[in-house]
Amino acid sequence: MTIDRETGTMIRRDVPSVINPLDRHALEASVRIRERHGGRVTALSMAPDDVLPVLKESLARGADRLVLLSDRRFAGGDTLATACVIAAAVGHLGTFDLVMCGDETTDSGTAQVSAQIAEFLDVPNIMHVDDCGVSPDGDLRLHSRNEEGAFTAEGQTPMVVSVTADINEPRYVTLMDVLDSEGKEVLILSADDLPLEESWIGLEGSPTRVLELFEPERKSRAEMLSGTPAEQAAVLADRLRRLGFRNG
Amino acid sequence: MANRQPESRIWIFAEQRSGQPADVVFELLGKARLLAAAPGWKVGALLIGHNVSGTAALLENRGADEILVADNPGLEDYRGGNYLAVVDRAVRNYQPDVVLFGATAMGVDLASRLAARLRTGLSAHCIDLELNEKGELAAVIPWPGGDFLGRIVCPRHRPQMATVSPGIFDVPRSDFPEAEVLTIDGALNSDRGFYRILEKKPEERKPGDLENARVVVVGGYGIGARENWALVEELASVLGGVAGATRPPVDEGWVNADLMVGQSGRTVHPRLYIGVGVSGHLHHLVGVKGTELKVAVNQDTRAAIFDHCDLGLAGDYREIIPALIAALKEPRAGGDL
Repeated sequence: MTIDRETGTMIRRDVPSVINPLDRHALEASVRIRERHGGRVTALSMAPDDVLPVLKESLARGADRLVLLSDRRFAGGDTLATACVIAAAVGHLGTFDLVMCGDETTDSGTAQVSAQIAEFLDVPNIMHVDDCGVSPDGDLRLHSRNEEGAFTAEGQTPMVVSVTADINEPRYVTLMDVLDSEGKEVLILSADDLPLEESWIGLEGSPTRVLELFEPERKSRAEMLSGTPAEQAAVLADRLRRLGFRNG
Repeated sequence: MANRQPESRIWIFAEQRSGQPADVVFELLGKARLLAAAPGWKVGALLIGHNVSGTAALLENRGADEILVADNPGLEDYRGGNYLAVVDRAVRNYQPDVVLFGATAMGVDLASRLAARLRTGLSAHCIDLELNEKGELAAVIPWPGGDFLGRIVCPRHRPQMATVSPGIFDVPRSDFPEAEVLTIDGALNSDRGFYRILEKKPEERKPGDLENARVVVVGGYGIGARENWALVEELASVLGGVAGATRPPVDEGWVNADLMVGQSGRTVHPRLYIGVGVSGHLHHLVGVKGTELKVAVNQDTRAAIFDHCDLGLAGDYREIIPALIAALKEPRAGGDL
C-alpha cells in the first residue's frame, strides 16, 4: 500500500485485496446462525467494483447474496462517512435482525465503524463478541471479552455486533462450494441508489481532515553488530549482562 | 450555556468500573490540564455511574476544574445506550470544545456512537494531542502503511473528539487545586436501545503483565510460524521479561490478541525492548515508550526497525536467538560486574 502524502489517501491498487480476516469470522458466525435458526445472510461490502471477484468468496462461504457498495463519491470517507453509507445500505435493503462486522479492519484498525453503523441505524451494538447465540425467546445472547473483563448480555434484535477471531473457525471452502455459489444474487449499488445526501459521504461527509503527514523523530540508525549469528549473540549477551538485564 | 465565548472546555470521560477510575482517566486529565494552559480554558471530568461520589473524590485534585457527575441506578453498568443518553445531553448543554476518551472497550464504543450522533469527527488511538490558540485540536496518529504519522483536525464540527490508549500520556506527579463537583442530569427516559447484562467477570490482572514488564521481547511477522513462537517466549523468560507481539502474529493466530503491543494494543514501558522479526511499523512502535535500550533482530538490513532502535543484529533469528539464550544462560564469567 502507498500513501498520497498530499491528501493522506491510501492508494490501494497494489494491495492484494482479500476479505478482511475478521470479516470471515463475522460471515461464518452469520451463516451458522442461519443454519440453526433460518433467515438469509447478505454479505455487504464497500469497495471499488474491481474487487468483486474477491468478494465472491463470501458467497462460497455461505452468504445468500452479495451487495457491493461502489461509487467514486464514497472515496476518501472517514469512519463517520463510511458508517453512514453502510447504514443507509442496510436500511435500504429491508428489515434486518443482525448486522455482524469484524472488530477491526487490518488497514486502519480504528474499530469505530460498527458502533457508528449501529448509531445511524438507531439500534444497540456490542463489540469484541466471541460467542453468539439465540435465546429460547428469540433474543440474541452474546459473550464479549475485552481488556477489562468479560460479560454475557442479552438483547432484542435488531442489533449490530462486531466479532473477534475467537468466535469461530471459518469453514474450509471447497471447489464445490465455489461452483454452488455461481448463481447467487450479486447487487451493486451506487450513491444514487441509496437515501444519501452528497454532504454525508466521501471527503465532503467526513468531519476529520488530514492536516499533514510527517515522519516521526527517529533515533539515529542503530549500531549494527557484525559477525556470525553466534558472534552477534555473544556481544549482545555481554552487553545485556553489563546493563544488569540478565535474570538472576 | 448562553455565552461560552470567554470559557472554553476540554472534557475527559472519567471511565470507572465498580467505582474505580480507569488509569487512563488520570493520564487524560494530566494531558487536558496541559492543553488547557491558555486563559479561559476549563477542564471537566464527566463521571457517570451509580454511587460514584467516592469516585468523584478520587478525581478531585487530579487536574480537573470541574467534575460533572451523573448518578443513577440505571447507570450502574455500561450498557451502551444508557451512558450515551447522558453524555449526549451533557455535551449539548455545555458544548465542550474538546471531548477525550480512553481508547478502552468502553471509551471506544461510547465515543464512536457519540460522534455519529453528533455528526462530528473522532480521531482514534491518538498518540499525541495539540491545541492551537484558536482552540483547534490536532490529533497525532500513526498513518496506515506504518511509515508516517498524521496530524488530524476537525475543522468545521464540534466537539472535537479523540480516543487515547492507556499508557500514552504520563500521570502528573503533583496534585492540582480541588475541582468543583457539579451534578448533571442522569435520567434515562427509556430502556430502548440497551442490552441486559446477565453476568460479568472482571479481568484478573496478572503481575508481570506487559504494561509493567521491565523487559519486553516482541515477536513480529518474521517469526514465520506458530511453532517458532516458543523462542520468543524463552528469550523473554531468560531475561525475566514478558513476550509481546505485533499485529500479524495475532492476525495469523499464532498468539492471543492480549499480547499485541502497539496503537490498538497495549502500551509498554520496558527498560529493555527486543524486537524479533519486527519490521518497524509505527503502529507497533508507538506502543513502546521510555526504553533505555532497544534492540532489533531482523534478517532484512533495510527494515525500518533499525532506524528506531539502538542496537541491531542482522541475521536469521533462528540462529541468533538460540545462541543468545545459551549465552545468557551461561554462568557469569568471573570479574564481570
